[in-house]
Amino acid sequence: MMKGERMKKRPAGNHSMGPMGGMGRPVEKPKNFKGTFKRLLGYLKPRSLQLVLVFIFAVLSTIFSILSPKIMGQATTKLFEGLMLKLKHVPGAHIDFAYIQHIVFVLIGLYVASALFAYIQQYIMAGVAQKTVYDLRQAISRKLSSLPLKFFDSHSHGEILSRVTNDIDNIAATLQQSLTQLITSVVTLLGIIVMMLTISPMLTLITLITLPLYALVTSRIASRSQTYFAAQQKSLGELNGHVEEMFTGHQVVKAFGHEQESIEEFKTINQKLYQAGWKAQFISGIIMPLMTFIGNIGYVLICVVGGIMVSSRSITIGDVQAFIQYSRQFTHPIVQVANIANVIQSTIASAERVFEILDELEEVPESNNAKFIEFPKGHVKLENVKFSYKEDFPLIENMNIDIKPGQTIAIVGPTGAGKTTLVNLLMRFYELDGGKISIDGVDIKEIKRGNLRSIFGMVLQDTWLFNGTIRENIAYGREEASEEEIIQAAGAAHADHFIRTLPDGYNTILNEEASNLSQGQKQLLTIARAILADPAILILDEATSSVDTRTEVYIQKAMAALMEGRTSFVIAHRLSTIRDAGLILVMNDGKVIEKGSHKELMAKGGFYADLYNSQFTGADLEAV
Amino acid sequence: MIKLYKLLKPFTMSVMAVLMLVFLQTLSELYLPTLMSDLVDIGIVNGDTDYIIQIGLFMLLIALAGTVCSVIASFLSAKVAVGFGSNLREKVFSQIESFSLHEFDKLGTATLITRTTNDITQVQMVTVMILRMMLMAPLMCIGGIIMALSEDRPLTIILLVVMPILAAAIGIIAKKGIPLFKLMQVKLDKLNLVLRENLTGIRVIRAFDRSDYEKRRFEEANADLTSNAIKVNIIMAALMPIMLLIMNLTTVAIIWFGGIRIDSGGMQVGSLMAFIQYAMQIMFSLLMVSLMFVMIPRAAASAVRINEVLDTFPEIIDPLPAQQADEPRGLVEFKDASFSYPGAEQPAVSHISFTARPGEVNAIIGGTGSGKSTLINLIPRFYDVNEGSILIDGIDVRDYTQADLRSKIGLVPQKTLLFAGSVSENISYGKPGATQEEIHAAAAIAQASEFVAAMQGGFDSAVAQGGTTLSGGQKQRISIARALIRRAQIYIFDDSFSALDFKTDARLRTALKKVISSSTVFIIAQRVTTVMDADQIIVLDDGKMVGRGKHKELLESCAVYREIVYSQLSEEELA
Repeated sequence: MMKGERMKKRPAGNHSMGPMGGMGRPVEKPKNFKGTFKRLLGYLKPRSLQLVLVFIFAVLSTIFSILSPKIMGQATTKLFEGLMLKLKHVPGAHIDFAYIQHIVFVLIGLYVASALFAYIQQYIMAGVAQKTVYDLRQAISRKLSSLPLKFFDSHSHGEILSRVTNDIDNIAATLQQSLTQLITSVVTLLGIIVMMLTISPMLTLITLITLPLYALVTSRIASRSQTYFAAQQKSLGELNGHVEEMFTGHQVVKAFGHEQESIEEFKTINQKLYQAGWKAQFISGIIMPLMTFIGNIGYVLICVVGGIMVSSRSITIGDVQAFIQYSRQFTHPIVQVANIANVIQSTIASAERVFEILDELEEVPESNNAKFIEFPKGHVKLENVKFSYKEDFPLIENMNIDIKPGQTIAIVGPTGAGKTTLVNLLMRFYELDGGKISIDGVDIKEIKRGNLRSIFGMVLQDTWLFNGTIRENIAYGREEASEEEIIQAAGAAHADHFIRTLPDGYNTILNEEASNLSQGQKQLLTIARAILADPAILILDEATSSVDTRTEVYIQKAMAALMEGRTSFVIAHRLSTIRDAGLILVMNDGKVIEKGSHKELMAKGGFYADLYNSQFTGADLEAV
Repeated sequence: MIKLYKLLKPFTMSVMAVLMLVFLQTLSELYLPTLMSDLVDIGIVNGDTDYIIQIGLFMLLIALAGTVCSVIASFLSAKVAVGFGSNLREKVFSQIESFSLHEFDKLGTATLITRTTNDITQVQMVTVMILRMMLMAPLMCIGGIIMALSEDRPLTIILLVVMPILAAAIGIIAKKGIPLFKLMQVKLDKLNLVLRENLTGIRVIRAFDRSDYEKRRFEEANADLTSNAIKVNIIMAALMPIMLLIMNLTTVAIIWFGGIRIDSGGMQVGSLMAFIQYAMQIMFSLLMVSLMFVMIPRAAASAVRINEVLDTFPEIIDPLPAQQADEPRGLVEFKDASFSYPGAEQPAVSHISFTARPGEVNAIIGGTGSGKSTLINLIPRFYDVNEGSILIDGIDVRDYTQADLRSKIGLVPQKTLLFAGSVSENISYGKPGATQEEIHAAAAIAQASEFVAAMQGGFDSAVAQGGTTLSGGQKQRISIARALIRRAQIYIFDDSFSALDFKTDARLRTALKKVISSSTVFIIAQRVTTVMDADQIIVLDDGKMVGRGKHKELLESCAVYREIVYSQLSEEELA
């Protein structure tokens, strides 16, 4: 899992590493380039005015910067002409400084304008890019809150997180930089060719001769380096996997004395990484020198041919100078355009992944006249309920249960028997395949979702607390609760005492993993939260395996207080709970295999009886 | 960083060669404009076509030589940098493998992983950059200045004025931008935190109908991040235009003042053209240097973290000379053993004394944090006692080699950990080279045969890293089989039955009894039913031993034990 995620990480550093950074890296190909691209453009639409401005400013800025070498060349020409006249001792010969001064001012104007426009363009784009990305993130957030739990259960958190962070970052960076770079690069290329043509078609031709050379070198090297980069990425993934496995299993590695084997394996992978790594670095490293060399060939050709043309008076010296500058600027946009093509591809692939989430099927929408139960009594009825996670693997078939208000239902079975399935159905996290569940006579499909869920209170074994104060965490179930009510709830949950011993009391901020509380304390907090929410129906998980005995006693008392007078579904581990329950559901392998009271089930002599006997007569099992 | 570069020593020759080659390449780059200026000043001025072609060919030759140099330099620097990274990685990994659990606790597993992987990659990347570009930058800068001076001394004053301006511009932008960049990470983390909480707590959020509240939280974090990102990008937006503006204005200045110089006959046109190119080269090298300032702090932070690992030495090392037991049986004695975690106020276990004999089951029970796991971690010397001693067969555990000591022990850790590989590979991890029969036998005792047989490939079925494809109970059983196959003198089961259902738990314990009859067995458990029939139960409370004896004895004599028992069983079950 982790390996896969690591390897999928795209080289987001592309943008920060300059034009050569992403060169030759393996490129991710999107499945549907055109469709995704169009859709991404849709997000830019509300800002099309700004985009038009960006385009205009980008073009203007580029044009001004392209014009200047030619104008500068005119100054050089004037200098040269004046000098030549002087050399020939023409009377009154001088360098025309008035003219040059004029040019200098024009140049300063051009450069300042070009810089200014470039700045404005980037400035606008910053807003456009970031706001677009903001919209995308909001869209995902909205989407996630209306997706059914099925989605969350079938996708790893890492995968979803990576789409919201890595993929969206990727899109942001491309919008911010690559898009305008693409515009300026293309305009620059075209502009330079036009300018060169106006100066000298002959010299332009010479420059253009080098173009196929660029193409040849880039494509040859790029395809090679991609293989090496892919190999490097693979070894790196393998290496990371090994490191992760060995370090998390350090205790086991040590206990079984496998340190040397682990180092040997590391060396093998590391060697592979080295072989692929240096080749990838080398190949991508020679792209730049080779490009420069081709550039230099063009440069020399222009110097020579230009020089000869100047001697024959068919071109001015300033034009040659301008030409040299143009030809030097020529390489950069070519490399950039090639690079941006890759960046855009990987961006579209990112966008595709983001859109995949946005296209997920949402929860069945609420009907407009959804009902609202104001004072729920907690009468739960299951009629002919049918359900399965996978079509060909039915879990629940034809289940009929009638639960009176205040009754306790114990759910028992070995670990991993799928006890959460019931939670999923009762709270309508998953939809039934058939039959119906009703509360106080109303089908849960007809109850407003928010209302339905507020009827239930949940205390599960994996306590979920968020990064906030203890007060906020308790009040999570009822936002408008008063201070008094919060303290009262904490008191009823036997949590008040330990909260007060914390340095900041109710204002103590729980850290990210809530590791500043023990497991038992966390559980007490979730009980307090449920007490404050005052639900009509409870879902409880009794498992307290990682709680010390004293806290466990508190938790038991708190749970007993909570269950008083409420319909309760208890994932039971304690015999007293099980035996006193009005109804026992026995689950195994995700299915409800038996149901009935303790007496009935014992008399039946089935799975439950077996389970019950084995727990307390384990020592005598040999005889069986 | 510099400290790490000591590891470059085996590459000294290559590094010298790279330096040399980069120097030559820089020279060639710098020589080209000089040649061009000759071409203009002599060839064009005199209309000498032959000379122009001659110089042109020469220029091509120089360009080619420069390219060859830089390709070779690239070859060597790739080998050096990647080789350096490779060696460093191996060194760090080997070092970490020698760490005891104590060093792992101190540094943390997660950061050790990133230090071995990402941090080293970071340092390696910067090394490539340094060898490839940053060596060139100062050479280019200095060379450019020298060449500029040789072309025309007075005109160099322009550079003297411009360079500080450029440096200042870079400095100001960096000063404004860097704090915002750092904030950026903080805000991104915040957004991720909210999102992660939303994912992990999805059931609770839906159950309490708080989706709207969570949406608002996300929106706040999102807006905060966005506004900061816009600020950062606006500052960065100024960088390139300002750089280009400064460079371009410098060129204009050179033309103007150069023109005056030419007019007075102090300079030639070709020299002016060359001078402009030198100025560009100098400024580009300055830009590259500024890039260095962006890259190096990040790598330096990585280097610090790597050095921290390399400077950490394991506390637990093998004794010289090591001892061996004459008659190994597996007799374990705790003699007034105490241990506290470094920096802790209270000892984790204190003054523990007891003897565990071969053929006996010793159960350890107590609440969370009472020191159960710590106690048994002292036996294989994952930690060393601060006071007292632990003896195996009469010899202090600190007098054995670690390998010898651990080969006596079959451990089933609390957190089940399997490795990527097949089921049989995972079981034979406990005894490399184990036969199929041994593997099957161990699996049978561990009650794993049944479910392994039901798997698609049987014993050859693949286990994913961390064993994610198996249920908790299945993992535990494989982990137990892995320990059993060792035929150890001492077995330690650290809460190893927790994920098993009651039935399997009971069956497993029955099967175990026969196998481990001649070994010393330690079982940590939460369930009273698991420990009830042990030969010796040790009750821990707050790191102290508050009771020792059999179930019946302890029920009468030990209040803590009674409390535990009553919380789990009702009166009648006790009878």
